[in-house]
Amino acid sequence: MKNSILAGAIASAMLTTGWLRAQQPPPTSPQPPPTTQQPSEIGAAITVDGGGPPRLAVPDFVALSPDAETVAIAKILGQVLWDDLNFEHEFAFIPRDVYASIPKATSLSDVPFDRWRELNADGLVIGTVQKVDAGVKVEVRLFEVRTRRSVFGKEYTGAASANPRRYAHMVSDDLHLTQRALHGVAQTRITFASDRDGERMKNTVQKRDVKEIYIADYDGERQTRVTVNGTLNVFPRWSPDGRSIAYTSYGKGTPQILISNIFQATREEVTKGSDENWLAAWSPDGTKLCIASPREGRGYTNLYVINRDGSGLRKLTNHPSINTSPTWSPSGAQIAFSSDRTGSPQVYVVGADGVGQAQRITASESYADKPTWSPAPYNEIAYTARTGPGNDIKVIDMATREVRQLTFGEGSNESPAFAPNGRHIAFTSTRAGKKQIFTIARTGKDLKQLTRSGNNEHPDWSAK
Amino acid sequence: MVRRIAVILTAASLAAAAACHKKAPPVARPAPPPPTSTTAPTQPPAPPEPMREPVVPAEPVRDDSIASASLDDLNRNSPLKPVFYELDSSEVNPAGQKVLDENATLLKRYPAWAITIEGHCDERGTAEYNLALGERRAVAARAYLVAQGISADRLRIVSYGKEFPFDPGHDESAFAKNRRAHFVITAK
Repeated sequence: MKNSILAGAIASAMLTTGWLRAQQPPPTSPQPPPTTQQPSEIGAAITVDGGGPPRLAVPDFVALSPDAETVAIAKILGQVLWDDLNFEHEFAFIPRDVYASIPKATSLSDVPFDRWRELNADGLVIGTVQKVDAGVKVEVRLFEVRTRRSVFGKEYTGAASANPRRYAHMVSDDLHLTQRALHGVAQTRITFASDRDGERMKNTVQKRDVKEIYIADYDGERQTRVTVNGTLNVFPRWSPDGRSIAYTSYGKGTPQILISNIFQATREEVTKGSDENWLAAWSPDGTKLCIASPREGRGYTNLYVINRDGSGLRKLTNHPSINTSPTWSPSGAQIAFSSDRTGSPQVYVVGADGVGQAQRITASESYADKPTWSPAPYNEIAYTARTGPGNDIKVIDMATREVRQLTFGEGSNESPAFAPNGRHIAFTSTRAGKKQIFTIARTGKDLKQLTRSGNNEHPDWSAK
Repeated sequence: MVRRIAVILTAASLAAAAACHKKAPPVARPAPPPPTSTTAPTQPPAPPEPMREPVVPAEPVRDDSIASASLDDLNRNSPLKPVFYELDSSEVNPAGQKVLDENATLLKRYPAWAITIEGHCDERGTAEYNLALGERRAVAARAYLVAQGISADRLRIVSYGKEFPFDPGHDESAFAKNRRAHFVITAK
C-alpha cells in the first residue's frame, strides 16, 4: 500500500512537470522499503501500575546472527530506539545501567520477566536482528511485564544496505502510535541551508559563500546535501508529501522559487523572469505555494499564491508595505505572515482566499517575523521576536493570545519551524558561535544542537 | 572658456607640436564641464588662429583607467561607492545623498554602464524580513539616481537580505557597514 502510493507520487510528478535534470546531484538514496508484519495482538496498549507514564526498559537488541554487521545493527537499534522514545517523553525509562544484572535474552521466548518485574518495569521492549535472504529482519515486541503479555509485535524486513537507524525510527513511531496514540516524528527530516562546503560564489569579486540545501534526520543524523547550484540557495520548505523541497535560489541572479524532487534528482522552476520571488510556503494539500515578491516595485513586498507548476499567480495581500514570511494554517484556510504596515514587522493572519481584512496577532512585540503555524492538536503560532540586541523564539496561543518565550537571549534565535506533531520546534541560533540548527520542545525544554559544521540556517521540518 | 584656454595653449605650443600632431596619443572623451557661472564673457572670444589646424594639447595623456578596466577590476575597486542606512531604515540620509550624487555623476560620464543595486542588511533583523528591507533600500537608492536623471533601465535591483554581510563582525561598526546598497557594474 505504502509502496503503491509512493510509486504513484513519483509517476504523477514525472508526468505533470517540465522537470529539469541540470545540476542535480544523484538522487538521495531512496528510503529502504522495509515491509512489516504484525504477528501478534493489534491495538493492545500497556497498562500501568499506579499513575504516570509507563515505565519501560529498552535493553540492547539481540543479534540472532553472529556476524559483526548484525551485532552492530543490534547495538545501534537499541540506542536509537531509546533516543527516539525519549524524545517525546511519553514513557519513563529505567536507566540502562540497572539492566546489567539481568541475564540477556537470547530470543523472544526466554525473557526473565520476574527480574524485570523486580525493577518495576511496566513494559519491556525487546527486539531481535537476524540476517535473512532479503537482507535484515528486525522483530520487536513490547511485553507487559506484569502479565507477560505481548501488547505489540512487529517484523521489519529490508535490504542489508538500508540505513539501520531507520528501523529504530519506525519502531519508535509504531510504539508511540499504538501505545500513546501519538504521531511520533522519528522518521521525519529537517531541511536547511548551509555554507559548510566553503565554496565561493562565482561572478562576483566579493568573497561570498555559496549556500546549498541540506537534509538531515530529525535527530541531526545523516546530513546530506541535496542541491549543487553553486549559488545562494536559502529558505527550503518540505512539500507535504516529504518528497520535494521548495526553496529560494539566486542561480540566475534574481531570486526565484525552485523545487527539488530529492528522490528523483529533478528540479522544477516555479517562478522565473526578472521579478524577485522569495520564501515559498506549501499549501497543506501540496498543490500551491504562497510566496513573497516585491514585483510591483516602490519597495513594497506582497504575498502571492501560485500553483506548483508556476501557473495561476494571484495576489493575496495588497498593501503598500512589506508583507512577507507566509505560512499556511494546518487546514489551509488561512495564511499567517508578517507585515510592517504599522511600522515594525508584526504577525498577521488573512484568509487564504485573500478576502477580508488581515488580522493582527502579535500585540506587544517591537518586531515579530517568521510565523510558523503549529499542526493539530495545538493551535499556536511560533515566531521570531526582537528581544534585545538579538532575537528569541516565542509562541502565541491563537485561542487565548497568551505568549510564551522559548529562548532567552542565548545568542540570537530565529526562523522557527514546527515538527509535524506540534511538540517540537527547529530554529537557528548563534549561541554556539556560528549559526546552527537546534530543536527544542514546545515547552522550552530538551534543547538539542543538530548541526556543527559551517553556518546552518532556515530549518524546516518535514510532515512525514 | 575652455575653448579659449585651448586656443591659448594651442598658440603657445604651435611650433613644438606642429611636427608631431598626427601622433598625439588618444585620449578619452573628457568629462563635460561643470555648468559655468552666470557671468558671461564680456568680450567676444579671440578669433581662431587662421594659419594652422589646431593640435590637441599634450596633456592629459594618461589613460582613463576607469574606462579601460575590466568589469571585475572595476568592481574590485569600484568607483561607485556604497550607501549606508540606519537600523531598520531605508531612508537615504545626507551622507548617502552625497554618495549617490557622486555615483550619478559617474553614471552620466559612462552612459554605457549598467548596474545592479544590491540591498543588504545587518544581522539584527530576521533573515526573512530582511529580504524585503534590503529590497526597499535598493529601491530607495535607485529612486534617488533616477531623480538625478539616470535611466531606470540601467539600474537593476536585487536584495540579499542579510545573507552576504560585508563585515562578518557582530558589533555596531560591522552592522553599520552591512546595512548598505552595494553597486555592481554589470555592463560597460
